[in-house]
Amino acid sequence: MSNYNIQEMIQKNKSNKGAGFEKLIPVILLIITSISVLATIGILYTLISQSLEFFNRESFVQFFTSATWQPYSSEPEFGIWALVMGTLKVVVIATIFAVPIGLGAAIYLSEYASERAKKIIKPILEVLAGIPTVVYGFFAINFVTPFLQSLYSGISLYNAVSAGLVVGIMIIPMIASLSEDAMSSVPNSTREGSLGLGATKLETTFKVVLPAAISGIIASVVLAVSRAIGETMIVSIAAGSTPNASLDITSSLQTMTGFIVQITSGDAAYGSSLYFSLFAVGMTLFLFTFVMNIISQWVSKRFREEY
Amino acid sequence: MANIKEKNTITKPVDNTTLEETTQGEKKTEIIREPIFKTNNFNLWYGDNHALQDINLTFNKNEISAIIGPSGCGKSTFVKSLNRMVELVPVVRTEGEILYRDQDIFEKKFTVEELRTKVGMVFQKPNPFPKSIYDNVAYGPRVHGIRKKKVLDEVVEKSLCDAAIWDEVKDRLHENALGLSGGQQQRICIARALATEPDVILMDEPTSALDPISTTKVEDLMQQLKKDYSIVVVTHNMQQAARVSDTTAFFYQGYVVEHDETKVIFENPRDQRTEDYVSGRFG
Repeated sequence: MSNYNIQEMIQKNKSNKGAGFEKLIPVILLIITSISVLATIGILYTLISQSLEFFNRESFVQFFTSATWQPYSSEPEFGIWALVMGTLKVVVIATIFAVPIGLGAAIYLSEYASERAKKIIKPILEVLAGIPTVVYGFFAINFVTPFLQSLYSGISLYNAVSAGLVVGIMIIPMIASLSEDAMSSVPNSTREGSLGLGATKLETTFKVVLPAAISGIIASVVLAVSRAIGETMIVSIAAGSTPNASLDITSSLQTMTGFIVQITSGDAAYGSSLYFSLFAVGMTLFLFTFVMNIISQWVSKRFREEY
Repeated sequence: MANIKEKNTITKPVDNTTLEETTQGEKKTEIIREPIFKTNNFNLWYGDNHALQDINLTFNKNEISAIIGPSGCGKSTFVKSLNRMVELVPVVRTEGEILYRDQDIFEKKFTVEELRTKVGMVFQKPNPFPKSIYDNVAYGPRVHGIRKKKVLDEVVEKSLCDAAIWDEVKDRLHENALGLSGGQQQRICIARALATEPDVILMDEPTSALDPISTTKVEDLMQQLKKDYSIVVVTHNMQQAARVSDTTAFFYQGYVVEHDETKVIFENPRDQRTEDYVSGRFG
């Protein structure tokens, strides 16, 4: 027989617990949750209201149709296409470079690599994802650009290729890791079904595993592309600050993010058109990533395959 | 369904009276007891675990050969050795021969893809691809380079008919196969295996995930398929072995205790362990 009366002790301890505290918890948690929601609403409000102010001063039509971005000129012209083209050039180069490599890595890791190889390689990939983007920027301008110039002398110090390639390197781990997750979640019985019919490993990978994992793969690419669109440091350092809408990838350009960095770190007088243009550009950038998010959600719903 | 009592003598093929298509009888008599698989001292290890020991078995053409035994006795491992699916486990090591039509399946010049094209497999759990019913069945022929739509259409229809599921799915060939019931999925998987017109079909507990009605359908189907294919079936279910098979091998702890006519195994086994197992005293 125990010397203690446990039930009595429990009753005693229970009375010590404040009943009100338990009821307070959801309220506290709600407040904590609201912070991020309120911050989002606040940022959106600022973006929209200041953008409206910009469009009060400058032509809405010109902003969305012109391809000339000359905010400093005595007769400033704000044509967003110059910046959008800059962003697109970098993003397209990054995507073309990163998707095959990221997918190749995912296929290797999920279908071919031994457990041992996987254990070594995956953490390395994840380290790549943790490198600060400013380091990537340095890497682009100090290493990739000189290397490209040694191949083709027509490339200028600031250019889309170098920035695009390095942004691509930055998003490879994201594509590789998320696509690998998607492919690894395809059940082995599905692979066996294909191998059992005399299909080779490669045929099984491309005809069964990839199609079955396609929603996760597309989602990973869309996510990586949004990341590339919003990438700032690499393009600020390596892509230059010359807004233009040309398709030339060897010369200096400016992306939307690059412009915002340049102006916010400089001295845009409060209340000037230049100052308000920041918000209009920010709004455009937001629309881009917002659309990408919608696409990604739609894709993963549309192509989801249940096992 | 087959009834063992109706089984003829050893040298004659099983005359299944429940089947209407007995016209192929003459064809069958020409190929009496032609061995299709023969193993010579086949051994298999998972790492240090000696999972199969000195297996010497012969399976004949146009017969259903059942493999029974308690869990972990190596029966699944053995049937997966016949099409070398067992090698997907990295630590597997084998010794000895498995002759498929007198050709050692481990010989270098006989590729594993070639073997699996001849020796199809139906798995324990239905594993249709997350594709349409049509694409599932057409998968095998397509992988082996058959592209013509006319040919594929015909193969798909024939395979689904042979798998006794055509009537249930003919109006929704382009719907996802994963939307079907478990029993239907398993018959789709059988159709998928039939589409490459293999020589042998291996079945690894094909009905263990199915309800009794679907099980009956699959068993009936096996009887039908026997005319054109040779079947090796692993089963947990002794009644199933007794109902459908011509010969039965009893596996225990990695070796074959007894292999004989199904009737003998179930009614007059030579080994005490076989008798204990088939009478349900252990396992």
